[in-house]
Amino acid sequence: MTFSLLLTQLLNGFQLGVLLFLLSAGLTLVLGIMHVINLAHGTLFMMGAYFAAATFGLTGSFMLAAVAAIAGSLVLGAVIERVVIAKLYARDHLYQVLATFGVILLFNEIARYGWGPSPVFMDVPAFLSGTVDLGGVVYPAYRLAIIGVGLLVGAGLYFVVHRTRVGMLVRAGATDAGMVAALGVDIRRLNAAVFAAGAALAGLAGLMAGPILSVQPGMGEPVLILTLVVIVTGGVGSVRGAVYGALIVGVVDTVGRAFLPTLMRELMDRSVAMAAGPAVASMLIYLLMAVVLAVRPAGLFPVKHG
Amino acid sequence: MAPPTAPATAAPPRRRRVALHLWVAGALLLALALVPLVSQLLGQGFYVTLVSRMMIFGLAAVGLNLVVGYGALVSFGHALYLGFGAYAVGVLSFHGIHDGWVHLAVALCGGAVLATVIGAVCLRAKGVAFIMITLAFAQMFYFLGVSLKQYGGDDGFAIDMRSQFGFVDLDNSVVLYYVIFAVLVAVLYALYRLVNARFGMVLRGCKSNERRMAALGFPTHQVKLTAYVISALVCVVAGMLLANLTRFVSPAYMQWLVSGDLLVIAVLGGLGTLIGPLVGAVLWLTMEEVLSSFSPGWGMVDELVRNHWLGVAGVVALLVALLLEHGVYGAIVARDEESGS
Amino acid sequence: MTILSVKGLVKRFGGLVATDHFELDVAPGEIHAIIGPNGAGKTTLINQLSGELLPDEGSIRLDGEEIIHRPVRWRALQGIARSYQITSVFPEFTALQNVMLAVQGASGGSFSFWKPVSSDATLVQPARALLQQVGLGDVASRRVSSLAHGARRQLELAMTMALKPRVMLLDEPMAGMSHQESQEMVRLLQKLKGHYGIVLVEHDMDAVFALADRITVMVYGRPIACGTADAIRNDPEVRRAYLGEQAEAI
Repeated sequence: MTFSLLLTQLLNGFQLGVLLFLLSAGLTLVLGIMHVINLAHGTLFMMGAYFAAATFGLTGSFMLAAVAAIAGSLVLGAVIERVVIAKLYARDHLYQVLATFGVILLFNEIARYGWGPSPVFMDVPAFLSGTVDLGGVVYPAYRLAIIGVGLLVGAGLYFVVHRTRVGMLVRAGATDAGMVAALGVDIRRLNAAVFAAGAALAGLAGLMAGPILSVQPGMGEPVLILTLVVIVTGGVGSVRGAVYGALIVGVVDTVGRAFLPTLMRELMDRSVAMAAGPAVASMLIYLLMAVVLAVRPAGLFPVKHG
Repeated sequence: MAPPTAPATAAPPRRRRVALHLWVAGALLLALALVPLVSQLLGQGFYVTLVSRMMIFGLAAVGLNLVVGYGALVSFGHALYLGFGAYAVGVLSFHGIHDGWVHLAVALCGGAVLATVIGAVCLRAKGVAFIMITLAFAQMFYFLGVSLKQYGGDDGFAIDMRSQFGFVDLDNSVVLYYVIFAVLVAVLYALYRLVNARFGMVLRGCKSNERRMAALGFPTHQVKLTAYVISALVCVVAGMLLANLTRFVSPAYMQWLVSGDLLVIAVLGGLGTLIGPLVGAVLWLTMEEVLSSFSPGWGMVDELVRNHWLGVAGVVALLVALLLEHGVYGAIVARDEESGS
Repeated sequence: MTILSVKGLVKRFGGLVATDHFELDVAPGEIHAIIGPNGAGKTTLINQLSGELLPDEGSIRLDGEEIIHRPVRWRALQGIARSYQITSVFPEFTALQNVMLAVQGASGGSFSFWKPVSSDATLVQPARALLQQVGLGDVASRRVSSLAHGARRQLELAMTMALKPRVMLLDEPMAGMSHQESQEMVRLLQKLKGHYGIVLVEHDMDAVFALADRITVMVYGRPIACGTADAIRNDPEVRRAYLGEQAEAI
């Protein structure tokens, strides 16, 4: 276990954390303000990746791909919000789960129909295809860029949420949506805007994931479930919780998978470690979530409700 | 024809008429009992397998319904227990243990421990978080199953012979069919007693008004956890039967897709009714069959539907969520309650 | 001898002091009313007494025992029963099933899986008796969702009584009732006098003066006066703070 290997895996963990943050920020706000659970968030991520990969394949322009991914997911998100989500605001979570479950199935098949079941490849854009030397450790420029974008978006979100009027409404809505509505704010427009913003972030995540993950039908669900773990661990409705939760989950999962099997081989019989190592590594973040829940049922940074 | 119903304020005349929903339930059970005979007459053994599958998923959905329909705990991870039951049978068989009673004991005891631990953790979370956590845990076990290379990993593995019980020969498809049917009926009856007993009333009270339940002195947490474990065990038994039916065990049984299917089935049939989920299973699996072998001769549409039937299923699930208030069987029950009592 | 004793109770919500060093004592069998303008914090007080809200400071003693940290369930089983200002019953069940549930709560034994409750005489008999007592005997088999508001308030009371408590916390039992219904409720509550220690939060002044042995007046979370009905009626501070122009009507 060398330093460079550890640093590489840490950076990979941050990079995964960034993707998870982009997804969980939108989803946790939708959950916290609108009290709607949207399982189709992973679908928005997938479609963002497809829009990006298709556009990049056609035009070779990463900029166009970015526009397609973000705008495409935003529009798709807005449509889903109007057609499906808006009708379920007042209903029990069960129906929101079922409806968005249906949306997942539908879009997985649309993707399969449109692009086939095999992964679509998207190249890393030329201007980011090199590596960067970080004090002796060589790291892919693209992944570093993802981390950079994540930090930028995080800072931007922080600014919007904490320094603008819209952000104040969002924060108020997360604490007490009924009150915000009673104060005369058009809560439906706010909801739609939050949902669309979340969709756009998911599209951005899809764009960035395009070159490094397999763009294929069903790619959204494993990521969605990780996102749910992030939200539960961080605290529903809490953007701060999404930030810390995403980084923790990203790093623990990546570093755990990389080093736990090796660690186990040191500690126990080789054959046991070979068998159990990958299994335990893949279960690690769920165990983490269970521990957090046992100690703090509302998550690490819960939103305090008025 | 029934006479015009009296206004709601006066005591309604007592009608000695059996409610429609009971007829429907009875007819369904009777039809299920007759399937193997009919199947034999038609010379189509395939129906026995198909309807066996329907009953198994119906059984799992009936179990899930205990917590979702009667307890308002939306678990998106019950497929985990389906898989556990299947793996209990499979792994024991893999190591040469074919005794059905051992399978049953291991599955039930192991399942009870697993469900108690997972249930206790999940119940720490309220509302939406509960749903998300149940999904996460089911996924965790799916990944665990995939990582067990010695048991086929992602591909799963086949079972040589079905669980051996001395007095019944499960290797005979018809016998297995009736065993599944018997288990289904037994579970339905046991749950019928349960939801009308003290325990059931507490569970239903928690769904209706949990705050009041605590103020009335009830141990709401213990009751919910117990209900969760009971519903999990029903799914474990369904999983055992599934492994026996298909003679195959795979992590796919634990996928989130299956958990979602179980929820759709329960809602489609009728939450908060006992036999509703069974109706839902029959409808949903019939739909799957019809869609995946779609060929009414509509040209390109045929192939489109056949190849992407899961998408059509998704639309149906979406419509069920948006439009169905009570579920198909539940609607009949609701109408009966409106006019009868 | 007091069955319920509250001293120095404080509850803050951020900058707002909802309960400001509140004091109260209730003797067994006494009806002790709490009155005060809207927003005085009466329901918040009840929530602290029932255990649904944890106070920041103070003491709550049940028959001498400190119970301030005890959870709702413990208090319910130890003899504190409350009714809700906004009716909190089980609408899908019948009136009888509602009261049977309340009876079941008091008696314990929730882990019975086989015997139907409808054939359990230990639940059915007391429930029927309670429904008779509150005047709902005729509608026992009616689904609560089909009952009128006044009947539901009566059901609230029946469920509270079912716990066989030592102390009853009644949060505006007559809320939303017509004049006639209120009079019925007053008659009912008069019958309960002497059997339970009752904390009665109410706005209906006729009822309060007809029922209360003692009255505590609460303004902005503070108790500003406590005494018999006559003493309160004539207290100048109370007239100023609360009764105001209504003093003439009394």
